[in-house]
Amino acid sequence: MKRFLKRGPWENAACVVIALGVFMLMQPFSMWLFSHSFVVILTGTLGFVVVSHFPEGEDG
Amino acid sequence: MAESTLTAEGSRRAQVPVGSRGRARGLSDRAVLLLFITPTLVLLLAINIFPLIWNIVLSFTNYRANQPGREIKWIGLRNYERLLGSEDIWGYLQVTAHFVCWSIFFQVLIGFSLAWLLNRQFRGHAFWTTVIVLPMMLSPAVVGTFWTYLFQPQSGIFNYIVNFFIDAGDFSMIGDVALAPWTIVIVDTWMWTPFVMLICLAGLRSIPEYIYEAAEVDGASPWRQFWTITVPMVLPFLMLAVLFRAIENFKMFDMVVELTSGGPGSTTELASINLKREAFESWKTGYSAAFATILFVTVFGAANIYVKFLNQVKKR
Repeated sequence: MKRFLKRGPWENAACVVIALGVFMLMQPFSMWLFSHSFVVILTGTLGFVVVSHFPEGEDG
Repeated sequence: MAESTLTAEGSRRAQVPVGSRGRARGLSDRAVLLLFITPTLVLLLAINIFPLIWNIVLSFTNYRANQPGREIKWIGLRNYERLLGSEDIWGYLQVTAHFVCWSIFFQVLIGFSLAWLLNRQFRGHAFWTTVIVLPMMLSPAVVGTFWTYLFQPQSGIFNYIVNFFIDAGDFSMIGDVALAPWTIVIVDTWMWTPFVMLICLAGLRSIPEYIYEAAEVDGASPWRQFWTITVPMVLPFLMLAVLFRAIENFKMFDMVVELTSGGPGSTTELASINLKREAFESWKTGYSAAFATILFVTVFGAANIYVKFLNQVKKR
């Protein structure tokens, strides 16, 4: 379980979700993407807050 | 004699535990700690945390600040549904995206080039660094106001310079629907390129000289040195500059209001300008509180990425 809850990879995943959400918010292609962007950003941001409390991996 | 008394006093003091020594003087260490931290915490709660929570609460209501006697109804997520289903809001965010992306692109391109030149330590480079940094020190409102004069079609120097090189005739950067979005990009680039340049310069100066010397011994060309040493070593600094400018430009308000007021039409109406209009001209306080929450969460999410990169740079 401890090996699974490493901070680094989860933080990277949360950053990707946030970046995806920001792209969805500001892209000019699809209204559907815009409508769902806030949920994605919120999920990424809350996820980041949670996973930033995970322990560091052995490699730092 | 006096010396031996002092030594005895010193050894007695050393034997007394830290906490009780503090109490003997009046306040414990913990009390002193709280005394110093409490004013900051109270200010932080009153100025930052309370308005933020109050804003989030208001975003779920139909509150209007210009009608204080009106009954405030809890409407759930309706404000968010209206915002995220509005093509106008989508348009304002696209205008913001155009502004953020292009201004950062030019700032990085010009900022890095200037830093690369200034890192050469030519004669008078300190003077030129100071001259280049000057726009960054001006107030955004002042910059917006005097660039409106520079962009005047008849008397502005911008049109004069453009017409000197190409015969463009009378054109209005601020009044033209196609040109106005580029106007705010030009002015923001002029103002904030020095910031990117300074960060890049710090990155370039942090590269040890011996790495280049070793590369030269190995026969690496200047072009190869640039791509395999300079760019990778400056990249974390550049990423920081990009994230910092992205967050700042996402919130941009004062310079653009002074320059174009969001016009012509709504071609330069950034999200923050529309937010202010909805809040203090249309007085849709609950609706604009929801909009502010969306922008806040977006900036907060981007700030998390910023902090993560900052930590990676610190570890280097």
